[in-house]
Amino acid sequence: MKKHKVPTSSHLSLTDLPIGQEARVTAVVGNSGITRRLMEMGVVPGVEVRVIKAAPFGDPIEVRLRGYSLAMRRNEADAIEVSI
Amino acid sequence: MNQAVQNPTLTIALAGNPNAGKTTLFNVLTGLKQKVANYPGVTVERKEGPWRLISGEAKLIDLPGLYSLDATSLDEQIAREIITGELPSVPRPDAIVAVVDATNLERNLYLVTQLFEFGVPVVVALTMIDVFEKQQHEIDVEMLAALLKVPVVAVNAKSHRGIEELAEKVASVIGTVPEVPYEITANTDGDGSHAKIFARYNFISNAVQESTWHSDQKSHRISDKIDRVLTHRFFGLVILVAILLVVFQTIFSWASLPMDLLEKGFGAFGDLVRAEMPPGILADLIADGIIAGVGGVVVFLPQILLLFLFISLLEDSGYMSRAAFLLDKLMSRVGLHGKAFLPLISSFACAIPGIMATRTIESRRDRFATILIAPFMSCSARLPVYTLMIATFFAGQTVFGFISLGAILMLAMYSLGIVAAVFVGFVLKRTVLKAPPPPFLMELPPYRLPNLRTVFQNMLTRAWLFLKRAGTVILAISIILWALMYFPRSVPDAAAGDQRAGQSVSDQAKTGGEVLSESEQLKHSYAGILGHTLEPVIEPLGFDWKIGVALIASFAAREVLVSTLSIIYNVGKDANEESETLIAAVRDERNDNGKPSWTPLTALTLMVFFVLAMQCMSTLAVVRRETNSWIWPMFMLVYMTGFAYVAAFLTYQGGKLLGFG
Repeated sequence: MKKHKVPTSSHLSLTDLPIGQEARVTAVVGNSGITRRLMEMGVVPGVEVRVIKAAPFGDPIEVRLRGYSLAMRRNEADAIEVSI
Repeated sequence: MNQAVQNPTLTIALAGNPNAGKTTLFNVLTGLKQKVANYPGVTVERKEGPWRLISGEAKLIDLPGLYSLDATSLDEQIAREIITGELPSVPRPDAIVAVVDATNLERNLYLVTQLFEFGVPVVVALTMIDVFEKQQHEIDVEMLAALLKVPVVAVNAKSHRGIEELAEKVASVIGTVPEVPYEITANTDGDGSHAKIFARYNFISNAVQESTWHSDQKSHRISDKIDRVLTHRFFGLVILVAILLVVFQTIFSWASLPMDLLEKGFGAFGDLVRAEMPPGILADLIADGIIAGVGGVVVFLPQILLLFLFISLLEDSGYMSRAAFLLDKLMSRVGLHGKAFLPLISSFACAIPGIMATRTIESRRDRFATILIAPFMSCSARLPVYTLMIATFFAGQTVFGFISLGAILMLAMYSLGIVAAVFVGFVLKRTVLKAPPPPFLMELPPYRLPNLRTVFQNMLTRAWLFLKRAGTVILAISIILWALMYFPRSVPDAAAGDQRAGQSVSDQAKTGGEVLSESEQLKHSYAGILGHTLEPVIEPLGFDWKIGVALIASFAAREVLVSTLSIIYNVGKDANEESETLIAAVRDERNDNGKPSWTPLTALTLMVFFVLAMQCMSTLAVVRRETNSWIWPMFMLVYMTGFAYVAAFLTYQGGKLLGFG
C-alpha cells in the first residue's frame, strides 16, 4: 500500500505520530500536485503539527496546524516528515 | 443615452477561502439582487450582484471559494483567469476584496499574499472577528494593515460593522498597485514553486505573530468537545445515521402535504383550462401536455427545497465535512470520495439535487463517477411504480407467516439499486474514470451556528435553478410526448365503434365512448406505433405493446408509467397508484390470446427494470448541465438502460425457467 520509502530512523512520518503528540514538520517529500497542495494548506517545514484523531476506520486523520484542522488520508500524511 | 460619457462601472471581485464567511458577506453587500449562472463552458458557478459604493454602483463578482490561485482545480483556474482578465466574459476587476477569517488567520492570508502578486489592488475584509475576540484573542487591525501594506477592515455581516468602511476603503484603492511585502527568491534551488510557498508562509507567520495576541491557546475547545461525540469511532457513525434518518423522514413527511397541494393545484388548473378554452388541439396541448408535464416535475419542488435546506444547514454548521471524514474510508473502498456520500444519500429522494450536490467534490473523475451512479438510488418517482406493482400482485402475502412480501420486495428494490451503484462505481473507477486514489485534503472548519439568511438564500437559489433548467427541458419533452400520443389524429369516434369489437380491451373499460376513443387514439398514435415496433424487443421481458407505450412515456419521468397505464387501460387519467380500478384493470388485462397480460413475474421484471433504467429526462438534463457535455448523459442513458434490460431479461427468463409466470 505504501509507495513511500520507509523513513530513515531520524525521520518520522506524520502517520507514525501517536494521537495528541506535537511535532514539527521537517520536510514534505515529493514534487507532485499533492505535495504542493499540502504546502499551500500551510504544511511547510518548520510548522508545528499535532494529530487530533483518526476516523472510525483508522483513516483519514485529523491534523491541527496553524490554528485550524486539516483532514488527510494516511497516504498523504506519509509524505510529511516530522521531528518531535 | 450618454453611457459613453459616464464612468464605466467598476468591477470588484470577492475572493476568500471556503468557510471564511464569503457568501454571508456577499449577501450583505449585494442584497437580494444577485444573479447566479455558470461560467461559459464550465460548471463553475458564477455569482454576481450590485454593490453600492460611494462613487456609484459596482459589479461585485463572487469568486469560487479558494485556498490558492495555483490553478490546480477548475475553480482556481477560473478565479485566476478572472483576476488576470483572461476570461472574456468578465472585465478585469478594478479591486479585490479578500475575505479573511480572523480565527484562521495564517492559512487565510496565504491566498491574500498570492493576490498581491497579480497587481490588482486588494482590501482585506476580516470576518469572524467577534468569534476571535470571544476566544480571548486580540488582533491589531492597524498593525496587520501596515504589515500587509493594504487596508484591513474588520466586518460583521450581522451587525453591519465595517460594511461602510469597506466600501470607502475599496473606493480609495482603485487605480493603485499593491506592493508585494516579501521577497520571492524563486528558482534558487530548482524548486521555485515550493520556495515561493515557503516565502509567503514565512512572511505570514511573522505578520500574524506581530499583530495578534493569544491569551488562551485552546481556541478549538468547543469544536473539539463537539467532535469528541460527533466523530467518535462508534457513536459518530450512529449519530450520522440518526441525522440522516431524521432528515429523510422530515423530507418525506413535510413535503407530502405541499406536494399533494401542488398536484391538486395543477390538476385544477388543467381542468380550468379545459373548461375555459374551446375544446381542440390547443386546449389539449396546454392541459395534457404543458400543465400535466411541467406539473409532474414541479410537484417535486417541496422535496428539493427541504433537501437543500438540510444540506445548507449541515454544510454551514460544519457537520458535512465531518460526515465525509467519517465515511471516507468506506467510500474509498468502492473507489469514491468521502464527499460522495451525501449526494448518493440525497438521490434516494431525487437524483437531481443529489447530482447538484456533487459540486463539493473537487476531482472531476470522482465527481463524474458519483454522478453516474447516483440515479441507481431508488428515488421517490419510482415509488408509485413499486407501489402499483406490489399492490396489484403481491398485496396481503407474507413470508414466514408474518413479514409482508410487499415490504421485502420494496427493500429488495432499494438494495438492488445500491448493489448496482457499488458495482458500477467499482467498474467505472477501474475503466472509464480510472485515476489514482484521489488526494483527500479537507479542512474541518470549527462548528458554527448556520447563518439563516445564507441558508435560505442558498436554498432558494438551488430551487430556482432546478425550476429554470429542468423546467425548460421538461416542458419540451412533455410537448413531444404529448404530440406522440396525440398524433396522427385517428378515426373519428363514430368509426372507432366498429373497430372496437375486434380489439382487446379490458372488461372494466367499456364505460364510455370518449374514454375508449382515447385508447383507440393511443393505439394508432405515433407512440402506439412505437410501442408495436418495440414489441419484439420487450417481448423477452414479458411486456406487450401497451406496456411498451407506457415504458416509452416513462422515459420522460418514471411516475408517468402509472398515468400512461391508466390512459391505456381506459381507467381515466385521475387514477393513481392506489386506485382500485387501475389495480383491477392491470390484473384483468388480457392479451390477444386471452391470457393475462400481467403476471406477478411481469410485475417483478418491470420493477427490476425501473430500479436500473435511466428513465428521467430531468436527470439527464441536469447531468448534461453538470458535466457540460452530451456524452455523459447519453452514456448514462445507454449503460443504465442496457443494464436494466439485461437484468429484466434474466429476471423474466430465469423466473420462467423456475416455473413462475
